Amino acid sequence: MFYREAGDFKTSYRDDNQTFPIKFDRYRYYVVLAVAFGIIPFIINDYWANALLLPFLIYAIAAIGLNILVGYCGQVSLGTGGFMAVGAYACYKLMTAFPDVSMFIHVILAGGITAIVGVLFGLPSLRIKGFYLAVATLAAQFFLVWLFNRVPWFYNYSASGQINAPERDVFGIIITGPNAPAWATYLFCLIFLTACAIIARNLTRGTTGRTWMAIRDMDIAAEIIGVNPLRAKLSAFAVSSFFVGVSGALFFAIYLGAVEVGEAFGIQKSFLVLFMVIIGGLGSIFGSFAGAAFLVLLPVVLKVVGADMLGWPTDIVAHLQLVIVGGLIILFLILEPHGLAQLWRVAKEKLRLWPFPH
Amino acid sequence: MPDQLIFAMEVFLNGLMAGVLYALVALGFVLIYKASGIFNYAQGVMALFAAMTLVGIMNGQVPFAHLINATFGTHVYTFGWTVPAFLAIILTMGVMVLLAWAVQRFVMRHLVGQEPIILFMATIGLAYFLEGVADLMWGSEIKTLDVGLPQGINTWLDEVTFEIFGYGFFIDNLDIFASIIAALLVAALVAFSQYTKQGRAMRAVADDHQAALSVGISLNFIWIMVWSVAGFVALVAGIVWGTKSGVQFSLSLIALKALPVLMLGGFTSIPGAIVGGLIIGVGEKLFEFAVGPLVGGATENWFAYVLALIFLVFRPQGLFGEKIIERV
Repeated sequence: MFYREAGDFKTSYRDDNQTFPIKFDRYRYYVVLAVAFGIIPFIINDYWANALLLPFLIYAIAAIGLNILVGYCGQVSLGTGGFMAVGAYACYKLMTAFPDVSMFIHVILAGGITAIVGVLFGLPSLRIKGFYLAVATLAAQFFLVWLFNRVPWFYNYSASGQINAPERDVFGIIITGPNAPAWATYLFCLIFLTACAIIARNLTRGTTGRTWMAIRDMDIAAEIIGVNPLRAKLSAFAVSSFFVGVSGALFFAIYLGAVEVGEAFGIQKSFLVLFMVIIGGLGSIFGSFAGAAFLVLLPVVLKVVGADMLGWPTDIVAHLQLVIVGGLIILFLILEPHGLAQLWRVAKEKLRLWPFPH
Repeated sequence: MPDQLIFAMEVFLNGLMAGVLYALVALGFVLIYKASGIFNYAQGVMALFAAMTLVGIMNGQVPFAHLINATFGTHVYTFGWTVPAFLAIILTMGVMVLLAWAVQRFVMRHLVGQEPIILFMATIGLAYFLEGVADLMWGSEIKTLDVGLPQGINTWLDEVTFEIFGYGFFIDNLDIFASIIAALLVAALVAFSQYTKQGRAMRAVADDHQAALSVGISLNFIWIMVWSVAGFVALVAGIVWGTKSGVQFSLSLIALKALPVLMLGGFTSIPGAIVGGLIIGVGEKLFEFAVGPLVGGATENWFAYVLALIFLVFRPQGLFGEKIIERV
């Protein structure tokens, strides 16, 4: 009834090419943006920001980044944690070396540095494919974490080996450190997420995205029809690592504030982000959001239900969480290998005919 | 003979022993990969699960005791008996076969024909699931496992090397035993796949699913069997590693150690797993010995991966893997 393209006449090429061609979708998008930017900052408190919203925003950026690499370009990477660590440590070094420069620039630069590292570790992808590549990216994961653990220059020779985010402000508002107000940290992350999502969406429906998808579907065939695999694969690694680096920088500077590299950016993080991408849906920007939201919400819900309502000990809840996450992943792969995004697509198809299916 | 060289020789020998242990885990991967094209990430967790089940049965623990107590307010922990190691191993094997059946029945059967990467993800999910179940069933505290394998320094080798070099090598008895077990296991596996009916059927399935089906081999049965055999290998690895370093979560991380071994040796080759294991074991120990002190140590965490990565750039299918031929 509401959700249909009938009667929505496009009179210019610009209209024809817009991101959301259906009017209802477009308004929904504006409403989401308005709520996210205009309403939530006024009602947010510390608990909501730290338990749900900040992790969601930051993981969504990481998931979009990984989705570009795995979902759009078909290069499976298990090195996400390592690349997030690069972003975090780059941001830390920049923050402490140039205290007067805006945090926006630091985070973007941290993303850029991660992109360079990502391209470096992406080089073997030109020779190594499939599982071999997935395992090869583990080299990045373990090597990078070891590097940040063992080379004191990266953590400014601090005694504990941790890195701590010093207090920094943007336009006079503190956004890092314990004194930062919840709404400011939220808005800061939200701006990055919105920008990343728009960039990713437009990259993936343009030439770059099409070459990525051609490589994903069959790299030899893509090569024969004139896609340059070097450029396609390395650009995917670069863009993906940029996003992952940005999320790593935000994860450290805004969300955690203090980081021990093995704990915060270990192999578990790589798997977590990969799960977000799978559960959300490979090759879908919406899926990255959905997957991130799902896996951020799940532990919180389980904790509320298991520990607070049923009164189980926390270690049982932690183990149950493993069982449920593992089971859900298997269930999703069996029932819907294309993830939450596919459910959303099916729902939209149904909605298009509603209330008169036939 | 200079001291450094003697030390290096000792490190070399210890590396060989460690390599055998890596190969033991890698074997499980190769078996499943060859027979069903599934890259089973859960192999390490299976080893953990097997070791925990073994300890639990030996000590007469009540499964899910923690959960039962939390839900019903009871206080049950043990049955109050202990089971001899031999019987417990057989019972654990039974549990692993049951697990193999469940995996095949509830997971893999529904995923036939999916892309390899989806299957791989499913085994990661399986790894999480199993880890949670193992912790719920037997509790997550560190346990000691003792099935009667000898441990401690091998005095004979110590004396012999002392006679020759004037310096006694430290080689753990357990490592020597593990090597013997691994050699027996490989011999048994090779004999099984070459000379028994089921083994031949397994190789036929590995070669071509459809052709195997058309001559009347039951894929279901073969896959359950393969997962059971992998469960058996996991049990052996779990016993050896569990005796060495205690039964705890880090046991499942040996799967991550086996991955570079596989890459180096090739996913499809049993000899590759052995040779790859030895190369990685010796390589990382020698590297840590020679370069580790210069760069802050703990290079064992990543050396194997970087070695495998560099190696793969020159030979993308590993040492013994089947040549990758790509067609449009």
